[in-house]
Amino acid sequence: MTQYIIRRLLYSLPLLMGVNILTFVLFFVVNSPDDMARMQLGQKHVTGQSIANWKQQHGYDVPLLWNADAQGEKKITDTIFYQKSVGLFLFRFGVSDSGRNIGADIKERAWPSLAVALPTLLVGLLVNICFALMMVLFRNSYLEHAGIVLCVILMSISSLFYIIGGQFFIGKVLRLVPISGYDDGMAAIKFLILPVLIGVFSGIGSGVRWYRTLFLEEVEKDYVRTARAKGLTETQTLFQHVLPNAMIPILTGVVVVLPLLFMGSLIMESFFSIPGLGSYTIDAINSQDFAIVRAMVFLGSVLYVIGLLLTDISYTLVDPRVRLS
Amino acid sequence: MVVLWTDALIYLLIVVILALGLYLRGKEHIKRPLQQISRSKIGMVSLVVLLFFVLIGLLDSVHFKPADDKKNEIISLLDDWATPLREHGEKTYSAPFATTLYSKEMMTLADGSMQWGYPRLEFGGRHLSNPEIEKVPDILQKTVYGLAQGASLIGFFMLLMWMLLVEQHKRFMRSSTAKTVWAVAFFMVSFSYALIYLSGYYHVFGTDKVGEDVFYQAVKSIRTGLVIGTLTTLIMLPMAIIFGILAGFFRGWVDDIIQYIYTTLNSIPGVLLIAASILMVQVYMANHEAAFTSVIVRADTRLLFLCMILGVTSWTGLCRLLRAETLKLREMEYVQAASALGVKQGAILLRHILPNVMHIVLISVVLDFSSLVLAEAVLSYINIGVDPTSYSWGNMINGARLEMAREPIVWWSLTAAFVFMFALVLAANLFADVVQDAFDPRRSGNE
Repeated sequence: MTQYIIRRLLYSLPLLMGVNILTFVLFFVVNSPDDMARMQLGQKHVTGQSIANWKQQHGYDVPLLWNADAQGEKKITDTIFYQKSVGLFLFRFGVSDSGRNIGADIKERAWPSLAVALPTLLVGLLVNICFALMMVLFRNSYLEHAGIVLCVILMSISSLFYIIGGQFFIGKVLRLVPISGYDDGMAAIKFLILPVLIGVFSGIGSGVRWYRTLFLEEVEKDYVRTARAKGLTETQTLFQHVLPNAMIPILTGVVVVLPLLFMGSLIMESFFSIPGLGSYTIDAINSQDFAIVRAMVFLGSVLYVIGLLLTDISYTLVDPRVRLS
Repeated sequence: MVVLWTDALIYLLIVVILALGLYLRGKEHIKRPLQQISRSKIGMVSLVVLLFFVLIGLLDSVHFKPADDKKNEIISLLDDWATPLREHGEKTYSAPFATTLYSKEMMTLADGSMQWGYPRLEFGGRHLSNPEIEKVPDILQKTVYGLAQGASLIGFFMLLMWMLLVEQHKRFMRSSTAKTVWAVAFFMVSFSYALIYLSGYYHVFGTDKVGEDVFYQAVKSIRTGLVIGTLTTLIMLPMAIIFGILAGFFRGWVDDIIQYIYTTLNSIPGVLLIAASILMVQVYMANHEAAFTSVIVRADTRLLFLCMILGVTSWTGLCRLLRAETLKLREMEYVQAASALGVKQGAILLRHILPNVMHIVLISVVLDFSSLVLAEAVLSYINIGVDPTSYSWGNMINGARLEMAREPIVWWSLTAAFVFMFALVLAANLFADVVQDAFDPRRSGNE
C-alpha cells in the first residue's frame, strides 16, 4: 500500500511538470513579458522606459530559459522559468502584480471557499440520493416519469437563473437572508444559507438523473433478484442491498472533487461576494493579474492530482475486490 | 459576400454532416436507431425545435457588405431582414410593448413649456395617437392578424408537403408522431410570425440600456449559442477520436503518452485554462490591432478562439471513453480474425474499430451540446466568454444583472435571454436523451 502511494506520488510529478510547462508556454512564450507590461500599463502612450521599469519591478527583466550573461549556476537560476515557475513546486507563489503575497492570500481565502463548497456538496449529495432512491422505488410509475421530466427541465435552466432568481426572491422580495456578503466565525451562517441552497438546487437536475442511472443499473443485477426472491420488501432490498453497492461509484466520484473544494466556485463566490479563492481568481482574471492566475492553475492541478490519488485509495477501502498493485 | 472564420467552419460542418449522411444512408445498423428516433414523439418535436433554431443560426451566418453602405460594416442575411429592428433604436430602457420610456425625464412640449413625465418612444407604438386607450385593442388586433397570416402561410406550405409526400410515406404521415410534429411546427411558425409582425410596431421584449431592441438581441444570440455548441465539438472530435482509438489499439508507450497528455490537461481546472488562454488572446489582439479592422471580425476571432479552447479542455472525456471501448473491441473475435487474416493495422482501425465506436461519438456530441450552450453564459459572465460587443445570451444576462436593483426592476432582458436559452437547451437535452436511447446498446434492451 505504502509502496503504491509512493509510486503514485512519483507518477504525479511529471504531471505537475507538464502543467507547469504548459502554463509557462501560455504565459511567457506565446506572449512575451513586454506584451504583458504594455497590457498592464495601458495600450497607448507606453514608452520603452516604462516597460523596462515595470519588468524590473515584477522581476520579468531576465531571459526566459537561459541567462548567458550570468555566472555559474546563475545561468539557470536567473531566468523567468526558474524564478516564476519552479518556485511553484515548493508552493512559493511569489507576489501578485499589485504587490501582495499570493501564498498568504490563498491561505486566508481558502476557508470561506470551503465553508460554501463543503455544505453544498454534502447537502447536495444527500438530496440527490434521496430523490434518486425515491424515483427508483417508484419506477415505471407516473411519479417517476414526472420526476424525469422535472429533472430535464431543471437541467435545462441556466445556473445563472437560479442565482439571480434566488437572490431576487429570497433576498430581495422576502428579505429572509442577506443578498450577499460574508462575516467571520458563526456570523457567516446567515450569509451561507442562500448560496448553499442555490448550489444544491442548481445541481439537482443532473445529479438525480446520474444517481438514478447508477441505482437502476444495480437494481437489474442478479443479487437483487435473489434478495427479492427471499421475500424482502422493495424498501429493504433498496436500502440494504442496492444502496451499499451503489455507494462505491458514488463515493469515489465524490472523493475526487474533495480537494478541489478549496478552490471554491467562481460564479457563486462572485455573485454572493464571498472572499474565497473563487472570487480571488475572478478578480485576478478581470484585473489581468497573471501571477495569481498562474498560481491558481498550479494549485488547482495539485489538488486534482491529490484527488485522483485519494480516489484510488478509497476504492480499496470501500470495495474489497479492488487491490492496488 | 464576406466569409468569416466561424462561417467557413459552419459551412464545413454542414458539408461533413451531409457527407456522413450520404455515407451512412442505407446502412442497416444505423437505420434501426434512426427509425426508433423517428417514432419517438419527444425526439421529433425537439428535433423540429432544434432545426428551427439552426435555420435562424444559418441565416445569421451568411455575411455580406451591403451595397449602399459607407460605414464599412458587415451584416448577415438575418440583419438585412431585420433592418427595421436594427434601426428602431430608442434612447434607453423601455418595457415590452411600451409606448413610453421606462424613466421620467424633462420634455419640451409643443408650446415650448417644460414637463416632467414619461416621453413617448420614437418607434414603439408610434402609429398610435392616444396610446392609453388604443394600445391594448391594437396589440390584440395585431396579434390576431399576425397569427392568422402565419397560420395561413404554414398551412399552405403544409398542404403542399402533404400533397407531395402523402403517397410515398403513407404510413409515416398518418402516424401520431407526424401529427404532433406538424402541430408543433404549425404552432411555432404562426407564433413566431406573429412576433415578427408585432415587432414591426412595438418592441415586443422591450429595449435595453442603449435602446436596442431586446427581441433582436435574443434572436442574434442564437447563432453564438449554436456556434459554441457545434464548432467546439467539430474542433475537438478529430483529436478525441484519433488519440482515443490509437491509445486503445496500440497500448504500450503510445497509450502511456496519450494518457499522460489527457491527464495533464484534465488536471488543470477548465475555467482557469480558458481564462488564461482568453487573456492571452486579448493580449495578442491588443498588440495586433491592425489585423482586426472591423468589430465583427474581432468578435468572430475571439469566438473562434473560445471554441478552440473549449474544445481543448473538453476532448479528454470522450478520448477516455473511446480508449476504453477500443481496448474492449480489439479483443473481439472479428478483430482478431481480421488481423489473423493479415489485414493491415490501418485497415482494421478504419474498417472495424472506427465504425463500432461511432455511437459513442454521436451520443457524446449531442450530450455536450447543451452543456456548452449553458457554459457560454457562465463564461461570458466572468468576462472570459465571447467578445463583449457580440450578441450572446451570456452578455445579455451580464448586462441586465445589475439592473435588478432598480425600482421598478428591468426584467425583460434577463427573461428574454433565459427563455431563449431554455428553449434551445431543453430541446437539445430531450433530443440527446432520445438519441442516447436509440444508439446506446446497453439501453436499447430496456425499451
